[in-house]
Amino acid sequence: MALEQLYQEVILDHYKNPRGKRAVPGAELSCSRNNPLCGDEITIYAHLEDGAVADLGFEGSGCSISIASASMLVEAARGRPLNEAQDVAVRFRAMMAGSVEPDEDTFGDLVSLTGVRKYPARIKCAVLAWDVFQEALSGAGDATGDAPH
Amino acid sequence: MARVAEHAAALDVERIRADFPILRREVHGRPLVYLNSAATTQKPRQVIQALVEFYEQHNANAHRGVDTLGEEATALFEGARAKLAAFVGAPDPACIVFNRGTTESINLVAHAYGRKVLKEGDEVLLTQMEHHSNMIPWLLLAQATGATVRHLPIREDGTLELDALGSFLTHRTKIFSVTGMSNVLGTIPPLRRLADAAHAVGAVLMVDGAQLVPHLPVDVVDLDLDFLTVSGHKMLGPTASGGLYGRRELLERMDPFLGGGEMIREVFWDRATWAEVPWKFEAGTMNIAQEVGLAAAIDYLQVLGMENVRAHEERIAAYAMGRLLDAGARIFGPTDPSVRSGAISFWFKDIHPHDLATVLDQEGVAIRAGHHCAQPLMRVLGVPATARASFYIYNTPDEVDALIDALRVAERLFRTA
Ligand SMILES: Cc1ncc(COP(=O)(O)O)c(C=O)c1O
Repeated sequence: MALEQLYQEVILDHYKNPRGKRAVPGAELSCSRNNPLCGDEITIYAHLEDGAVADLGFEGSGCSISIASASMLVEAARGRPLNEAQDVAVRFRAMMAGSVEPDEDTFGDLVSLTGVRKYPARIKCAVLAWDVFQEALSGAGDATGDAPH
Repeated sequence: MARVAEHAAALDVERIRADFPILRREVHGRPLVYLNSAATTQKPRQVIQALVEFYEQHNANAHRGVDTLGEEATALFEGARAKLAAFVGAPDPACIVFNRGTTESINLVAHAYGRKVLKEGDEVLLTQMEHHSNMIPWLLLAQATGATVRHLPIREDGTLELDALGSFLTHRTKIFSVTGMSNVLGTIPPLRRLADAAHAVGAVLMVDGAQLVPHLPVDVVDLDLDFLTVSGHKMLGPTASGGLYGRRELLERMDPFLGGGEMIREVFWDRATWAEVPWKFEAGTMNIAQEVGLAAAIDYLQVLGMENVRAHEERIAAYAMGRLLDAGARIFGPTDPSVRSGAISFWFKDIHPHDLATVLDQEGVAIRAGHHCAQPLMRVLGVPATARASFYIYNTPDEVDALIDALRVAERLFRTA
């Protein structure tokens, strides 16, 4: 049934037990954004060390898709070198746009979000956290040091 | 459940449903259960037929030329004006300005009346339960004039805090603009009382009638309103139909809104004079077919009788609220059906409204989820969004049952493992 494809168990699991749903102490980068269509709001916190996303977390409220996506983002990007983390975001978007194959080896749990592609109105929910993440990382150029701001 | 059937039915809903072709379609293999009429209503074949007939038989630009088609189109367009005037109790068709509906009407008043009368230090009074379309035009006006916008609070139960009216509505208030029926809470404010209070301090009362006019008998003279907006698309009419009622003296004092063809009397290189009210406010080729379609919608509603429309909605809202509360939903706004509309916002089992709406859609049930163009109100309510089921003349108690069944599907899906 279509609903079970959209709301796969992995998604519901991330929604009910979100990973990294907390403010990150000493985060140099943070960014908030809301989805003007529904009022969902996500804040992303990133702490950088040696050119890598040493710690990553988020806060916010939203539907199962937007919260699960944020939780999966934390798992997919935490601990990665900055350029790899940015690359995950670019490839995730491409997968959601349908131009990259959903491959379990590269994408892990994120593959489950491709069910959302059938619901155009909900794609915005799936990419909200990634919008915020990319915007936060775009500040990385001026926050490479250890001192918070 | 049987209580609904105990009363003689106010409306013959099965017969009404037969007039709405869209109600026969399926969504995801299920019969469509349309519970989103507060966003826009479906259209009966009589309205669709009026559009077809206009385009097939009478299409021409109104008020231009002397050919037969032009005369017919003009007569239909002006006939629609007279019909809408009578529908809201306006003393004169000239008090009705046609346009796309409530958003355009409020912008018109903010621009053409607000800029003329407001000075720095003056105030516009709104309430906490307004739609963005009754907020943003006033914010823009305040930025342009230095006036201040204030908001009358709501109480815990979703009604207006009328005890505070005296401190919000003062001699500084020049315009009081309030919804006649909240699209989120369903609240129906005491409009006559608000009009009297506004007039006592020398302010005008503008009513956002987007939700009110489709659902209740309205008489602008009895209510002593200065401005009232009408959204045709929420009362069986075509999209971009409807307009503004304005007290004639006010419309005459006002400046034009949009400039262009048709709204002028005489044009020179360096100046122009304006057409009479209401045409002063109708620049360019108008929404002729849409207003002709709205006239057919008004005919349809008048045959049913607005008292009966209201009685039907009160009953179905009572039934829906009872079933929602039994199912464990939290309802926002008054729960006494006699003081509220059939637009019911709720929160169900901590399932996000967007998730609810997606699951319900799979079951064929169309509701609205989101902030309903009322972000500041959502903050007052302490929720990011709500789910909203809204009812109209074609909805049945069976459809309420379908809503509840679909909510159970969502509950099972999201139940914590
Ligand atoms: C209370 C209220 N005001 C204003 C509007 C906007 O009306 P319109 O679509 O006619 O511009 C709506 C409908 O969305 C509404 O519910």
